[in-house]
Amino acid sequence: MKQVWAWLALGAGLIYFILPLVGMAEFSLKMRRGVYSFDAYAKVLGDPKFQETFGYSVLMALFTIVFGILLVVPTAYWVRLKLPGLRPYIEFITLLPLVIPAIVIVFGYIRLYNTSSWLPLTGTATGTNILLMFGYATLALPYMYRAVDTGLRTIDVGTLTEAAQSLGAGWVTILARVILPNVLVAVLSGAFLTFAIVIGEFTMAALLNRPAFGPYMQLLGANRAYEPAALAVIAFAITWACMGLIQLVTRFSKHTRAQH
Amino acid sequence: MAFLDIQHLEKSFGATRVVKDFNLDIQKGEFVSLLGPSGCGKTTVLRMVAGFETPSTGRIRIEGKDIVALRPNQRNIGMVFQSYALFPNLTVAQNVAFGLKVAGANRTDCDARVTEMLGLIGLGDLGNRFPFQLSGGQQQRVALARALAVRPRVLLLDEPLSALDAKIRVSLRHEIRQIQQRLGITTIFVTHDQEEALSMSDRIVVMNGGIAEQAGAPFEIYNRPATRFVANFVGTLNTFDAVVLDPGAGIVSLAGTPVTLPAPLDAAKGSTIGLALRPEALRLGRAEGREIVLPATISEVHFMGSVIRIRADAAGSRVALDTFNRADAPPPAVGSATEISLSARDVIVLRD
Repeated sequence: MKQVWAWLALGAGLIYFILPLVGMAEFSLKMRRGVYSFDAYAKVLGDPKFQETFGYSVLMALFTIVFGILLVVPTAYWVRLKLPGLRPYIEFITLLPLVIPAIVIVFGYIRLYNTSSWLPLTGTATGTNILLMFGYATLALPYMYRAVDTGLRTIDVGTLTEAAQSLGAGWVTILARVILPNVLVAVLSGAFLTFAIVIGEFTMAALLNRPAFGPYMQLLGANRAYEPAALAVIAFAITWACMGLIQLVTRFSKHTRAQH
Repeated sequence: MAFLDIQHLEKSFGATRVVKDFNLDIQKGEFVSLLGPSGCGKTTVLRMVAGFETPSTGRIRIEGKDIVALRPNQRNIGMVFQSYALFPNLTVAQNVAFGLKVAGANRTDCDARVTEMLGLIGLGDLGNRFPFQLSGGQQQRVALARALAVRPRVLLLDEPLSALDAKIRVSLRHEIRQIQQRLGITTIFVTHDQEEALSMSDRIVVMNGGIAEQAGAPFEIYNRPATRFVANFVGTLNTFDAVVLDPGAGIVSLAGTPVTLPAPLDAAKGSTIGLALRPEALRLGRAEGREIVLPATISEVHFMGSVIRIRADAAGSRVALDTFNRADAPPPAVGSATEISLSARDVIVLRD
């Protein structure tokens, strides 16, 4: 009897989550009257605006990932190695972006870095791009920090550092050749999460007026019928591909294979 | 002048003084063990030499140059850790090459040195394995090769055998000692295992409560322990209380029997002092050359194959003594009355 309920709960869950997706996917294929076709997809993918905004967001995601790694890996490493007492505080700080809405952060940015401020980042496109990257990095911080910190927990950070030091290595060498390669799987999972966040982010890009993928999706959704559904399916496919890559990287990481 | 010279070294963590006025001279090529129970400060001394801890006061000099101000990566001191600390992302060969690459060695030199080192530890064909594919003993040998590859001035071994099983431990300690002697590298070895320290070292420093209680050759430490702690910590010991009869002549009363010790005593007449004897200094029954005979009762008999360890009550103490197994002489029965004999030459006078 118990099993019946379990299957029923699973079925209800699947219907709740999958049915809207199936409906949307089905709708996205009905652009041509009476038959299923990929017309909506062709239209979306052929739109120069799509290529432009998607390319912009991918580039921003890559910069955000690099910046996030450079910020989070040394910080998490240093906290684990030298300041373990500070860990709860650092964790709290990294969780703040989850409770502070993006709109608050971006208004704060605009107020602090507008053209009449001491650091007028919003005055140029490059400056605004940098500001947007900082904003993305902030949004991704909870995921990135947690992923890296969990990765660091699986290795003996202190002893490995001392071993490298006794072999003549300085901090940069230790981070680049000992710590980073050993938390690479964790860093990559953080990176893919960052990628997914940046690709779908709307608020910051819209308010900073940058040509990102999020605002494009919103614009398309407000003006077209079939294309937004096709776009949503594409966005889902990208996100799932990211998740799949995390799994793949974890499985094929050579030196950790024995531990899984 | 000593190659490595540690003077008045002190270390405090908060209010706790972990190392107190530690002094040690080590000659080039010498193998010195720091032996003591956990928390005695031996690892802290080692970590200060490596540069992972900063001394509160004191000097550490190598070839006359103070190294206290140098960072660990500037000291050229090799270290082997209890937990191996091999880099999990690198193969065995890459682990061994790590220090060479950091030092900027070219590829040809690097490869040659890695081959030489892997040959030295007998793992020449395992260069492409990852650490997780090796046994504990193999990992520790790789760690040793990695530390030695950069030709360090001093090699530090921090309980390198503690995580290994008993059989590997014994074979690896011989291997480490052989490699150390072949390369003539100055080595400090930290252990809490007296057998390791006694069998491997040129000299042993016995530590207790942050203090070096005694430094000397293994033979000296075992046979002439300077303090009660050293006597108790190194080897098994039988202790007796004796009353001083004539300090100048070294005569004491042991359970009513006057015993003349080989040296005069630094104690007042009538005072009680501690005497100690190793199990191998006691004989069951009377024996030639052992002039003191004490009545005893057998309380325990442990047959261990080639050796029989016997515990007996004598002179108010429970004593342990070993006899070799002989096929024609069965072990004595528990509860039987017997005699044990000893020589005043073997008596160790304990100082606190």
